[in-house]
Amino acid sequence: MESILSFIFEYKELIFVIVLSIFLGIEVISHVPTVLHTPLMSGANAIHGVVIIGAIIVMGHAETVSSMILGFLAVVLGTLNVVGGFVVTDRMLDMFKKKDKK
Amino acid sequence: MNEIIQIEKLIQFTLGDSILEIIYIIASVLFIFGLKMLSNPGTARKGNLWAAFGMGLAIVGTILFHKNSEGHGIGNIPWILGAIVIGTVIGWGVAVKVKMTAMPQLVSLFNGMGGGAAALISLMEFPHLAAGLADGTYNMFSGQVLAILIGLMIGSVSFAGSMVAFGKLDERIGDIRSPLIKYINMFLLVVLIGFIVYIMSQGTVDPHSLMPVIIIMFVVALIYGISFVMPIGGADMPVVISLLNSFTGVAAAMGGFLYHNQAMLTGGILVGSAGTILTILMCKAMNRSLTNVIIGGFGGGSGSGAATGAVGDQVAKEVTANDAAIQLYYSRSVMFVPGYGLAVAQAQKTVKELDDLLSENGVEVNYAVHSVAGRMPGHMNVLMAEADVPYEKLLGEEEANERMKNVDVIIVVGANDVVNPSAYDDPGSPIYGMPVINAWEAKSVIILKRSMNTGYAGIQNPLFFKPNAKMLFGDAKKTIHSLITEVKSLG
Repeated sequence: MESILSFIFEYKELIFVIVLSIFLGIEVISHVPTVLHTPLMSGANAIHGVVIIGAIIVMGHAETVSSMILGFLAVVLGTLNVVGGFVVTDRMLDMFKKKDKK
Repeated sequence: MNEIIQIEKLIQFTLGDSILEIIYIIASVLFIFGLKMLSNPGTARKGNLWAAFGMGLAIVGTILFHKNSEGHGIGNIPWILGAIVIGTVIGWGVAVKVKMTAMPQLVSLFNGMGGGAAALISLMEFPHLAAGLADGTYNMFSGQVLAILIGLMIGSVSFAGSMVAFGKLDERIGDIRSPLIKYINMFLLVVLIGFIVYIMSQGTVDPHSLMPVIIIMFVVALIYGISFVMPIGGADMPVVISLLNSFTGVAAAMGGFLYHNQAMLTGGILVGSAGTILTILMCKAMNRSLTNVIIGGFGGGSGSGAATGAVGDQVAKEVTANDAAIQLYYSRSVMFVPGYGLAVAQAQKTVKELDDLLSENGVEVNYAVHSVAGRMPGHMNVLMAEADVPYEKLLGEEEANERMKNVDVIIVVGANDVVNPSAYDDPGSPIYGMPVINAWEAKSVIILKRSMNTGYAGIQNPLFFKPNAKMLFGDAKKTIHSLITEVKSLG
């Protein structure tokens, strides 16, 4: 129990950020028109590709062969998430833009 | 001299470190702005690009400036860059090539990749706990361990679940509906929590000795991910993808917790909470609760069976393309109800052609797009936009229903469940209470369908037997083509 409490104390700033981010996420999204549900989901999907940073850190300090392989895989997966996610979202939104000109 | 070098090292360390922190703050702000702009049609595209820019900044910053607690920078850079290049080439290639109709499964696939990455990070970070354990900073009963375990569990569930969702949307995997699965799932969830409790209660133990347990937990989480999505019907996949999307967000945030990394934390939590809200919005659009979607599954109600029997004896009326064309040509207001069947037949552009032809003849043409038509909320809007249908012509279900009484002909193209009147009058129907498009209120209804088969939710549609409804059987694209030819011959 004590170690949990000390953990909370040690990470109080991060916990603060988490709580505020939760409300921010709710606030940002609550007025979205249905038309944009799919692009928004896709965009959010790309943003959680931020996990790639963790993959890079792990890979950057990998020493054994097995952790090199796993790290390499993690970076590939993370990149797929980021690049694929943003490109797909852009393609979807491109279609909305075309009509704006007309 | 030595002192000077030491001071210089210290300055460099703090300089790179604070630059990285500033980069992370900028990236977080860009994520927030990007997401905000994404929820407005005018700014959505820019928002996506800003978020992507933020991501690029965070990635480059991490490679250049990140240092671990011992002050070592990022190594293995050629390997990292190689992995990034591979991921970029594949991701970009697939994303550019895929058909718009296959968009939902692609999002699911990419979501799974993120979940997989999060799970792998946890797998690799667990043995690294050894350093902290040795100097007694913490034992197994700590938040650090909890973050790793939760990241592992949620990441794996998200990975496996997304793969199943991908398979289902791609129609490679069918539904397994067994009441047993519900209990298996509960059991697996308890087992997973059991693993977390077991590992955390080990006190100060060498994490390497726990690796077999971790790997078993990883496998169990993967199985749970599969069995979690397996019984959920294809029609509910959008909700599941959105839910798994927010799961991956949380898994990514766990990594942020682990590394004291603000960008991962804000990005992950933002997606986690926004994704949850989006999931709830989608459930609301179908008038169902989240638990109902996860546990219930479509098409299990006994009431729907009875309803099917009742309408089974009725005969739907057919109409020829020629008659339908005449009806269209002489009406004042026509409304299309596009459904997934239209997308499958790749008939969006053909519908637009018919729309143009009728509009030239002074017919007012609109589209009633149900929010959950297609395989994802808003999916049909994207598909119609692809065919250059103007934004103003796409009406939501409420707006469409308001105008319905003035519509002369409503053409249902490959849609079924979203125009099912059972949602109003059959409490036994699984879609009872879902807002639908009141197509039967139009003066005349023409339903384009390949056969009398039921829709994605697997339930019969009494609309087909209404007195003002007529069926026009055939492939949507071919049928609309023949309608175009017939209308042209009239003009």
